[in-house]
Amino acid sequence: MTRPMRPYFRTVLALAFGALSLMAAPVLAQSSPPRIVIGPGVIEPMPIAVPTFIDEGGARDYAREISRVVISDLEGTGFFRNIGEEAHISRITSFDGGIAFEDWKAINAQVLVTGAVSVAGDRITVKFRAYDVFNGTTLDGAALQFAGTTDGWRRMAHKVADVIYSKITGEGGYFDSRVVFVSESGPKNARLKRLAVMDYDGANVAYLTDSSSIVLAPRFSPQGDQIVYTSFETGFPRITLMDVATLRRRALEEQPGTMTFAPRFSPDGRTVVFSLERGGNSDIYLLDLNSGRLTQLTNSPSIETAPSFSPDGSQIVFESDRTGVQQIYVMPASGGEGTRISGGEGRYGTPVWSPRGDYIAFTKQNAGRFHIGVMRTDGSEERLLTASFLDEGPTWAPNGRVLMFTRETAGAGGQTSLWSVDITGRNLKQIPTDGPASDPAWSPLLP
Amino acid sequence: MSLAAKSLLLIAVLGLAACNNPDRYGQGGAGGPGGAGGAGGGIDTTGLGDPNNPTSIAYFNQRVGDRVLFAVDQSTLSPEARQILTAQAQWLNQNPGYAAIIEGHADEQGTREYNLNLGAKRAAAVQNFLISQGVAPGRLRTISYGKERPIEVCSAEACYAKNRRAVTVLSAGAGV
Repeated sequence: MTRPMRPYFRTVLALAFGALSLMAAPVLAQSSPPRIVIGPGVIEPMPIAVPTFIDEGGARDYAREISRVVISDLEGTGFFRNIGEEAHISRITSFDGGIAFEDWKAINAQVLVTGAVSVAGDRITVKFRAYDVFNGTTLDGAALQFAGTTDGWRRMAHKVADVIYSKITGEGGYFDSRVVFVSESGPKNARLKRLAVMDYDGANVAYLTDSSSIVLAPRFSPQGDQIVYTSFETGFPRITLMDVATLRRRALEEQPGTMTFAPRFSPDGRTVVFSLERGGNSDIYLLDLNSGRLTQLTNSPSIETAPSFSPDGSQIVFESDRTGVQQIYVMPASGGEGTRISGGEGRYGTPVWSPRGDYIAFTKQNAGRFHIGVMRTDGSEERLLTASFLDEGPTWAPNGRVLMFTRETAGAGGQTSLWSVDITGRNLKQIPTDGPASDPAWSPLLP
Repeated sequence: MSLAAKSLLLIAVLGLAACNNPDRYGQGGAGGPGGAGGAGGGIDTTGLGDPNNPTSIAYFNQRVGDRVLFAVDQSTLSPEARQILTAQAQWLNQNPGYAAIIEGHADEQGTREYNLNLGAKRAAAVQNFLISQGVAPGRLRTISYGKERPIEVCSAEACYAKNRRAVTVLSAGAGV
């Protein structure tokens, strides 16, 4: 599923982001398959048709719901527009039957997705094909079958949508993923917080802790099997590791009289980088999870926090107020002073390196407003994607093309919520959650 | 000591501190409105002792003043703060049967991690000052809540000013 991107697509993207290219997308030529290039400029959603998947035995409800989730995933990107079944001329009655492409051309569908679902006991099988309507062909590689247990039916829908999204945009998929976050309740001055995890679209919520102590900023391990976060369970902020499957948790060994927070895993999952505060001063440290060896990476009397590894593990981006104002710096993974990369007006914090390695997302405060933004890893091409009373803490989708973050409203009744936006600033939307929610962190794409 | 035992101990200490100061996240206290004058109106002092008894926690909270306030982004102590902390140190030196956890807090303007740091700097500034005034270091411990526990909930400077604080929370016992 996580097929590497074809090289020519990388080229197209680099061009799209590197220059002011005017592109009419979706780009469609008679000889080339349907294509959306995610880049600056206006993108008209590509019209697609996803007739309800065929029930091939005991799967009528699953077939309907899976089709619904596939459509929701694709439309949720802002790049696709589903043509409702009431407008369809043809009906798909058999998965392997012929396709009347003229009927789909007539309603201007550029891509047709057909599928079939069957259930035997608790086993479910989903197969699908995506067609290039104009050329009357199957999209290369977009005819697959997934099998699993019925309780994983949403994941199969996400996998179908990931393949289609991936084929048409050339980007990696991100629908079959989870998000860990902090579920909030209670008034602003006595807020209760607990860890929760959900599908990327807000479905399938499960709570991982109770609300008896403050929890902050959970992060997935690169394999998605562990979560590291800050907990006040001992009475003091302390980094805690949780095994996702068993929910077993352990606080990292205490350095007496210190506070530890803002943890993140290294890309190999063997170490955790975090802030350690002693006597009011915070520096960045690295802990080897196997040996327990602690390494100090920064040594400065100012605030150094919010470290995040580059995906190749060679560098760490972090924030520091050594100049008197929060700014973003990059240092080697072995530590050092770092090089400042942020340069605009205002304050820059919570830098996060994209899993693709090409951008760093951040929170910016300027003139009383908060923004989520992205910049190149050398600080160039800064782009602010949002603006509000309080936006903070971006997290990257596994494909490095979408961000999720916390938005908080002002005042006594102010509440937190989760939002997502793509890296061009399009498609800003709220993620549905049961109640107030903050500090989202995206998992890698699920296996 | 095992981690679990340590945790239990910490929870016990914190629990005690919380019991002794029902007001620590709420309005009131010496630095809060109507606190310094010792009016005490509406403040539940159960377990805190009689505010007229100079050795009680209630006296410390209300008459001495349990909190100091900070300017935006600052952790330096103002002259007013130093005055309150001088009195806190005198009281602590006269009442050696108490330990204290100093809680540092920030207002909501700022990112979560930065505010945790800022709260820690504020708590440390208070701790250092108290130690400089002769309070035994072993009686003091700091914690930062960052922007997690405002006492005032409006999104305006009037509230922010009260939230940028360090609160000295007493508990019975000679050390923390």
